[in-house]
Amino acid sequence: MATIEVVERLRPPSAVMRALIGIFTLWQRDLLRYWRDRTRIAGGLAQPLLFLIIFGAGLSPWMGTLGGATVGPDYLQFLYPGIIGMSVLFSSIFSAVSVVWDREFGFLKELLVAPIPRWAIVVGKALGGSTTSMLQGLLLLLLAPLIGVRLQLGTILLLIPLLFLLAFSLSSIGLVIAARMRSTEGFGLVMNFLVTPLLFLSGALYPLNNLPTWLTVLTRIDPVTYGIDAIRRVVLSSAGVPQPVIDQLGVTLFGHPLHPLLDAVIVLILGIFLIVLAARQFARPD
Amino acid sequence: MPATIEVRGLVKRYGAITAVDGIDFTVDRGEFFGFLGPNGAGKTTTINVLCTLARPTAGSVRVAGHDVVREPHLVRQRIGIIFQDPSLDTQLTAWENLALHARVYGIPSTSWRPRAEELLRMVELWERRNSLVRTFSGGMKRRLEIVRGLLHAPEILFLDEPTLGLDPQTRRQIWVYLAELRRQTGVTLFLTTHYLEEAEQCDRVAIIDHGRIIALDAPERLKARVGRDIILLSTEDNTRAVQELKERFGLVPMVVDGTVRIEAERGDELIPQLVRQLTVPIRSVSLRRPSLDDVFLALTGRQIRDEEASDLDLMRERMRVRH
Repeated sequence: MATIEVVERLRPPSAVMRALIGIFTLWQRDLLRYWRDRTRIAGGLAQPLLFLIIFGAGLSPWMGTLGGATVGPDYLQFLYPGIIGMSVLFSSIFSAVSVVWDREFGFLKELLVAPIPRWAIVVGKALGGSTTSMLQGLLLLLLAPLIGVRLQLGTILLLIPLLFLLAFSLSSIGLVIAARMRSTEGFGLVMNFLVTPLLFLSGALYPLNNLPTWLTVLTRIDPVTYGIDAIRRVVLSSAGVPQPVIDQLGVTLFGHPLHPLLDAVIVLILGIFLIVLAARQFARPD
Repeated sequence: MPATIEVRGLVKRYGAITAVDGIDFTVDRGEFFGFLGPNGAGKTTTINVLCTLARPTAGSVRVAGHDVVREPHLVRQRIGIIFQDPSLDTQLTAWENLALHARVYGIPSTSWRPRAEELLRMVELWERRNSLVRTFSGGMKRRLEIVRGLLHAPEILFLDEPTLGLDPQTRRQIWVYLAELRRQTGVTLFLTTHYLEEAEQCDRVAIIDHGRIIALDAPERLKARVGRDIILLSTEDNTRAVQELKERFGLVPMVVDGTVRIEAERGDELIPQLVRQLTVPIRSVSLRRPSLDDVFLALTGRQIRDEEASDLDLMRERMRVRH
């Protein structure tokens, strides 16, 4: 009777295997879509470039060298790591919120009835979004010579995991929000009430020291702060800025300057907490 | 034939709304089973429970040999679903959509590739396998979804209003493919529809209204219950016609959509009498055998067709979503 090729019915894979397959497949899908969507890559570069070229170059002459003396970086060099972080921020949140797109276009249903656990969908999506956002951030490293920042190979190797961690944590924030969103109409709201505050409080645009207390508190709550601090410390150090100046421009917590490793650990812990939250919200059945 | 779907006392409530209100039925292996009812009758909710997308509020549901609550992943492995709305990744090619599906269902590529090729050839999409789904028409997307739904060789294929929003020609074509697939794979089909001609093709039909099954049998047997011929009269004055039909012929006429509807044992013999003896001028007369719509009408006093206007709304809704 059956002339159509019969699929061999294998023993169903174990729960762990099914989860891993789901995570990998979704990660790969995001990468494929990213690679195919050149306009998104270009568009994602445009905004950071505008910030650097217009905003940065416009403000730079008024700021002189930061951190006093003559050894500090100019504003453009200070801004540069912040803009890399900003690029990761935008791209992570939006790739995560694209789950809402999947929901509206129906593709999410195909995933929800597949024999993979729901938390794997969330984790796969987060990893996919983190990877593409990390790539988007790394693309900006091509500008380093123009900004007057010399990057060694070691610096780039250090930046890869840092960008990835930041992207992972931010993708998880995006997924927590996307889990509750039913239409793309909320996109504007997310932009205004989440992404912009996260950016302005993050230290991407100005050093986070000597601020009013309320602002200091808010900036230390923003997870982007720690991600950008780590990136900035690594980049400035690679550019030959002396450690005391870096510490002066970098984030302090309870009066102590942070180490990039500690920054990374804070971002990682936040990321794990948020991804668990997102997974739990997605796993709730109807 | 062993049952492949067993539903006992299924209830599904969303807050205060009872979408499915205690239904029981079984579907045999290889059967073509239909759920017929107006929009909002509980068809999609039932399918969502059977497909493990929604948890039943009460009752037990076994699909392909497994309980949908206790072993959802085993159920999922054995069923394929064509949703009411498109569920493809339009930014990927047809082939990539199939590859993704095969991966999450854990099928080795040596196994799914030849099957995908055969299925794609059958629905005439093989030449377009490397095109982005974005460039596909509604009918092509549907055909691709059917291929995808069957890729992991499910025991049951669920089809939730599979031809909604498609033009009549495409609808016919989809049914030709489905009949062929059924012949070749012996897959069980579970269809929800509010198109009567689609329900007519089923082995058995459950008629559902307000979350309850009000009749369940083969279409022919359901129609035999109504049994009698149906005469539709269009007259100059329906009220007077109804009155005359009651008083002089002892019939039980109803006015439906501006025409007088009469049921009679021998309609062909009644018509000449009506034409001769009615004093109200007759504009047109027609006679037909009962349809499933008449069954629904006899059971509920309403027509399924009344609800069809909302098809257009659904299509508009989709256009909005698709931009």
